Amino acid sequence: MAKTHVTMTVNGQAVEGLVEPRTLLIHFLRENLSLTGAHIGCETSHCGACTVDLDGQSVKSCTVFAVQAQGADIRTIEGMANPDGTLHALQDGFREMHGLQCGFCTPGMILRAYRLLQENPNPTEDEIRMGISGNLCRCTGYQNIVAAIQYAAAKLSAPQEQAA
Amino acid sequence: MNEMTPPTAAERTDKLQGMGCRRKRVEDVRFTQGRGNYVDDLKLPGMLYGDFVRSSYGHARIKSIDTSKAKAVPGVVAVLTAADLAPLKLHWMPTLAGDVQMVLADGKVLFQNQEIAFVVANDRYVAADAAELVEVEYEELPPLVDPFKAMAPDAPVLREDLAGKTSGAHGPRKHHNHIFEWTVGDREATDLAFRDAEVTIKEMLSYQRVHPSPLETCQCVASFDKIKGELTLWGTFQAPHVVRTVAAILSGIPEHKIHVIAPDIGGGFGNKVGVYPGYVCSVVASIVTGKPVKWVEDRIENLSATAFARDYHMTTEIAATKDGKVTGLRVHVLADHGAFDACADPSKWPAGFFNIVTGSYDFPTAHCSVDGVYTNKAPGGVAYRCSFRVTEAAYCIERGMDILAQKLGMDPAELRLKNFVRREQFPYQSALGWEYDSGDYHTALRQGMEKVGYTALRAEQKAKQEAFRRGETREIMGVGVCFFTEIVGAGPSKNCDILGIAMFDSCEIRIHPTGAAIARMGTKSQGQGHETTYAQIIASEIGIPADDIMVEEGNTDTAPYGLGTYGSRSTPVAGAAIATAARKIKAKAQMIAAYLLEVHHDDVEFDIDRFRVKGLPEKFKTMKEISWAAYNAVPPGLEPGLEAVSYYDPPNMTYPFGAYICVMDIDVDTGVCKVRRFYALDDCGTRINPMIIEGQVHGGLTEAFAIAMGQEIAYDEIGNVKGASLMDFFLPTAVETPKWETDFTVTPSPHHPIGAKGVGESPNVGGVPAFSNAVNDAFAFLGNTHIQMPHDAWRVWQAGQKLGV
Repeated sequence: MAKTHVTMTVNGQAVEGLVEPRTLLIHFLRENLSLTGAHIGCETSHCGACTVDLDGQSVKSCTVFAVQAQGADIRTIEGMANPDGTLHALQDGFREMHGLQCGFCTPGMILRAYRLLQENPNPTEDEIRMGISGNLCRCTGYQNIVAAIQYAAAKLSAPQEQAA
Repeated sequence: MNEMTPPTAAERTDKLQGMGCRRKRVEDVRFTQGRGNYVDDLKLPGMLYGDFVRSSYGHARIKSIDTSKAKAVPGVVAVLTAADLAPLKLHWMPTLAGDVQMVLADGKVLFQNQEIAFVVANDRYVAADAAELVEVEYEELPPLVDPFKAMAPDAPVLREDLAGKTSGAHGPRKHHNHIFEWTVGDREATDLAFRDAEVTIKEMLSYQRVHPSPLETCQCVASFDKIKGELTLWGTFQAPHVVRTVAAILSGIPEHKIHVIAPDIGGGFGNKVGVYPGYVCSVVASIVTGKPVKWVEDRIENLSATAFARDYHMTTEIAATKDGKVTGLRVHVLADHGAFDACADPSKWPAGFFNIVTGSYDFPTAHCSVDGVYTNKAPGGVAYRCSFRVTEAAYCIERGMDILAQKLGMDPAELRLKNFVRREQFPYQSALGWEYDSGDYHTALRQGMEKVGYTALRAEQKAKQEAFRRGETREIMGVGVCFFTEIVGAGPSKNCDILGIAMFDSCEIRIHPTGAAIARMGTKSQGQGHETTYAQIIASEIGIPADDIMVEEGNTDTAPYGLGTYGSRSTPVAGAAIATAARKIKAKAQMIAAYLLEVHHDDVEFDIDRFRVKGLPEKFKTMKEISWAAYNAVPPGLEPGLEAVSYYDPPNMTYPFGAYICVMDIDVDTGVCKVRRFYALDDCGTRINPMIIEGQVHGGLTEAFAIAMGQEIAYDEIGNVKGASLMDFFLPTAVETPKWETDFTVTPSPHHPIGAKGVGESPNVGGVPAFSNAVNDAFAFLGNTHIQMPHDAWRVWQAGQKLGV
C-alpha cells in the first residue's frame, strides 16, 4: 500500500515517518518511533491503554490514524517527566498511592489524568472517577488510582497556594 | 543524627523494609515511565507476524481450505493449516487436563472463532489482510450449546476423535459428550443425613461462563535459531517452566535448547496459564521460516478463544435440623468445558479443589459429584483468580447457606456463626477430605458485623421493607453476607502435579560480596508485585535491606524450576521457598560470623541485620560484613560464597478466609443495583505488605463485582458467541466500581515457614457470593429464593417483575 509522509511533534521532538493511510497512531508510536509506553488492550476504544495527549486532548491512539496526527503536538508517557528529569507528580502519585499493579493501563491512565488535571486542577472524587471512565484497569479497582490523582492534584496546586 | 550514635533496633528494622511494612513497589519505577517490557514491545530483526483465520461456525465440517489467494498477497510468507502441522504431529496438542485439543482445525470446527489457519507475513496489517482471503468451505453441523442437553441420547457427536473411547483421563465416560465424572465424599452417609433431616433445601445454582480478560491479551514471540537448534520463546506465561517442558515434549527440541522468557505481564488472572494454539503456531512458523514470529491476540480473540472460566451448574442440597445445625451437604455439578477440556487444574483434579465446598462449616457428612461435558463453545475452565474451582465452591455453599437461613427463618449471619468450624477444631478434617490448617471464623465474622453495624442494617432493611409494602418507596435493600474459606497454595506433591511434575516452587538466593543480593524464582508476577514483596521476606529473614535485593522471575535459563503463579500459590509455596533458602544462608552466615568473632557458632545469635555474641550485643558482625567475609574469610572446611536454593514441597495447602458484607440498594423499577457499602475482612495469615494486600483485595473485589453484576460469555442457540468484545463484556469503569473497605485478622498458617497464606484470589472468591447474596437478600421478603447471576439491571428488573413488584 502506498505510503504517506507524516510529521508531528512527540514529546517536544519533531518526528517524521512513512505510514500507510490506515496505519493507526498507536502503531506509529510503538513501532515506527519505538515509544512502547502506550499499550493496546482492545480494538473498540474501550480500554484506554493507548491514551495519549494530542493537541491538548486525550485521545485513544488506537482509533486515530497516524495521518490524522499530521502536524499535531503529542505527549506520551515517555514525555511525562519534568524537564529537570524528576518525575511528574502523577508518576509519583501512582507509586506513592499504589495506583498500579500490572502496569499495563498505567501509561494511558496517567496521560488521561494529566489532561483531566489540566482541565480541572482540583477535581472531586466523583469528577476523577468520571474523568477516567474511558480507561479500564483490571487490577486496582480504581480506588488507589483515584487516590494517586488526588495526590498529584494536591502536589501540583501546592506551590500556587503558597504563592497566593 | 550524631554519627557516633549507633542506630536503634527500630531504625535498623526500618532500614530493612522487611515483612509487615508498606514498602513502595520497585516495579512502579519502570511502569510509571513507560519502561515496562511487555511481549508486544519486543521487536527483533526480520520479525514476522502471525494472525489466525477463525471459524465462523460453532459446529461444522471443513470441506476445504483454499489458501492460494492469501499466499499470493505480497508480504505473506506462509499460511499454515492442520495439514501442514500433521506431519509434525502438532495439529493436536495435549491439554493440562489430560484431554487433547486441536491446534488448527482438523476436519471440523467445534466452536466459533476456533483456529483454522495461521497466516504469517512481514507486517501485522498484511497478515490480517491475507487472513481475510483464506477461503474455508464449511458444512454446518447441529450445534450443542446447552450443557444440560449434552448427554441426551440424540445429542450431536462433537468429538469424533474420541469415538469408541469409553474412558478418558479421569475414568469412565458415560456418553459421547461426557468427559469425566468425579465424586468425593460418603454417598450413603449423606443420603442418610438427608433422609433423616428436619429441614432441607435444594437449588440449582448456576455460575455463568466468564473470562479473566486481563488488559494485555495473550501473546508471544518465537525465535528458532536453526544453526544452534535453539528456540527462544517470549510470552505471556504465568508458568514459564511448564511451557518450556510442554514445548520440549511437543516439539522434540531438547529442553535445554528451549529458552522460555516471560517478560512483564499485563495481568493474568488465570488466562495465561495454559498453552494456546497461537504459541504452537508461532513456534512452528519460526522453525519453518527461520525468522522470529510474533503473535498478538486481539480482544475479541481473547474473549472468545482463550480460556473461559466457570460455567458450573451446581445442584445444591443442604440438610439441617430445625434449629439450624447443618447435618449434610450434597452437590451435583454439571461442568461445561466447551469443545476440549482445557482446564488448568492439577492433573489429578478434574474439578479442581471443588471439594472445599463444605466451606467454613462443620458438616458431619457430605457428597459431591461433578460431570464434565463437551459443548460447542471455547475450551478452558481456567481458574480465574481462583484456586481451581474454589470460586464456584464458595458461591455454591455461600448461596446455599443463605437459602437455608431463609427457609429456617434465621438470620444468615447467625446461621453461619452457629455452624462454623470452631477455633479449637483446627487442624480440621473436612467431610470432603481436606485438612484446614488454621482459622478463627467467629472472631472474624463478629468483627465484621460490628464494623458495619449489622444489627442496625437489618433494622433499617426491615423498616424499608415495610415502607415498600406501604407503597412509600420503590427501593429495596439487601445485605449480603459471605464467609469464605479458600484453599490455596497448590500444592503438596502427594496430591498435586501438572503433567507429572510435582507442584513445588523454588527460590535461589545469591548474596554478593558487597552484601547486595539477587533472588531468582520459579513463579512469575503478573502485577502482584513479587519484586517488592519477595525482597521483604528475604530482608526480614537475613537482614539485608530489601532495596539491596533484586528479584528476578520469568527466565527459565536462570530461574530455578517452578510451577508458576496462579491459584494464589506464590506466597504459600514460593514464599516458603524464599524463607527456607534464606534460612540456609542464615545458617552459613552464622558460622562465618562466629568465626570472625572468634566464638563458637552456638554463642552467636541473629539480631535484625547482624549476628552478635550472646550477652555481648556490642560484639557483632553485620550481614554486610559477613557477606564480604563469605568471599575471603570463611571458616576452615566451609566453601566460599553465600548462596542457597530451595525447592519447597508444601506439607499442606493453606486456608485463608474472610468475612465480606455488602449493603445494596435496588430500584425495582429500573433494576439498578447500587452498592452502598462493601466491607471485606481478610485473614491471610502473616501479612507481608499491607499496601499490596489491600491493592489485591480492591482489584479482586472489582472483578467479583463485574462477575456477579454483569459479566457473561453467552452463546446463542446456534453457537454464536454473543458479545465477546468490550462493547458487551462488562469490565467496570471507575464510575460503576464501588468503594472498598478493607479490614483484617491474622491467623498464621502453622505449617508455613512465615505463617503466610496468600490473598490474591480471596476477594474474587468471597466477593461474588457477597454481591449475589445482597441481591437475593433484597428480594427475599417478596418470596424470592434464588436469582441467577449475572445481576445486571435488565435481569434484576425481570426478577422483580416475576415477583410481582
